[in-house]
Amino acid sequence: MSEHLELNARRLLCPMPVIRTQDKIKQMTHGDTLTVICTDPGALNDIPTWCRINQHRVIRQETINDEYLITLEVGPSAPN
Amino acid sequence: MTTPRRAVSLISGGLDSLLATKIILDQGIHVEGINFYTGFCVEGHTHAIRKKDKQKEKRNNALWVAEQLGIKLHIIDVIDEYKDVLLNPKHGYGQNLNPCLDCKIFMVNKAQAWAWMEENQFDFIITGEVIGQRPKSQRKETMPIIARESGADDRLLRPLCAKNLPPTKPEVEGWVDREKLYGFHGRNRKPQMALAAEFGFTDYAQPAGGCCFLTDKPYSDKLADLWQSRGSREYELDDIMLLKVGRHIRPKSNFKLIISREEGETHYLKGYKNEYLTLQTISHNGPIAMIDGDPSEDDLLLAARIVARYGQGRDATQVEVEFRSPTGERTQHKVMPLAAADLNPEWHV
Ligand code: SF4
Repeated sequence: MSEHLELNARRLLCPMPVIRTQDKIKQMTHGDTLTVICTDPGALNDIPTWCRINQHRVIRQETINDEYLITLEVGPSAPN
Repeated sequence: MTTPRRAVSLISGGLDSLLATKIILDQGIHVEGINFYTGFCVEGHTHAIRKKDKQKEKRNNALWVAEQLGIKLHIIDVIDEYKDVLLNPKHGYGQNLNPCLDCKIFMVNKAQAWAWMEENQFDFIITGEVIGQRPKSQRKETMPIIARESGADDRLLRPLCAKNLPPTKPEVEGWVDREKLYGFHGRNRKPQMALAAEFGFTDYAQPAGGCCFLTDKPYSDKLADLWQSRGSREYELDDIMLLKVGRHIRPKSNFKLIISREEGETHYLKGYKNEYLTLQTISHNGPIAMIDGDPSEDDLLLAARIVARYGQGRDATQVEVEFRSPTGERTQHKVMPLAAADLNPEWHV
């Protein structure tokens, strides 16, 4: 069964949110979903780019009270 | 069909690593990128902090390069391990506090440790180094030092200047064709730009000084001041991030003010309000400021007068300033803004 996790990346500046996302995904499997909560708007660009090049899929992006929530689905490729 | 050879490319996000990787990809090698985050990298932060940069597309150049090339990119946090490189560089510093040669050795060493790991199984490492490009770290003499001291030895290939160096294992073994590598040297960037055009790359990043803040004099001065005032060269990520933000004013050795210059920085500094004493003018519009150090009561009044000088009440006879302690207690003080003539230029760090 797929799992949904959340990652607190508030106050981290790029590329730290990407690094934390990458490290978190290493512990997840294909089909799991992860919502990353960030405050650096740069993450809105970096996390989707990182997902594209590593074959993960961004399924939702929201902005709530100056916080950016990016939800992605872990792709089929080996995590590293 | 034989499986292709595998290379790890050090991706800084600049043009050289983009080209070096492309050259090797075009030889049928499987390449993946690796990028190390030291905390001093130019990427992102200032864009995120400073509002005036917000219009610019906020992109991470290393990720952009990987996407252009269609390769995976592994970004590795080396903040803690990098401290020893910065604090004790065996080969010394460059013009500022940039330990470029030790930094290169460290990064190639980290890359090779990662590359030879059983689950990764790469065959060699590539970098975008060019002989003579940087006066201290990229010279003909430093190339073998980096290869040797990093432990990568003859598995370190520099596609952009390989023809000026002895053949490496990937060339000797025929994994790559030496004839299709390049012999660039010197500071002239034209050959790289021509090659970029040939490959159809536009819009690539061209960092002026180097890939990190340590090559920047004002930044290095602030870092040196931080070390001196604390009597220790220890630092945490927050310390080095804060050096990128605001005006830094040290009226006395025991404390320093960090004053925001615009809205983006104000927003960023507010994120630290539960760790530092902050102050802001309340009778007039003005910046937010943070105090780092151990000021006395008198020092705090001086700090309030300095902060008042940077707000809209600078010409008023009295300005009300509110202090907020890290635990949230607020106190107000009425002060006279410091006159321009009384703001000693030497206080600016
Ligand atoms: S500029 Fe900074 S990141 Fe680049 S080699 Fe020098 S010290 Fe290392």
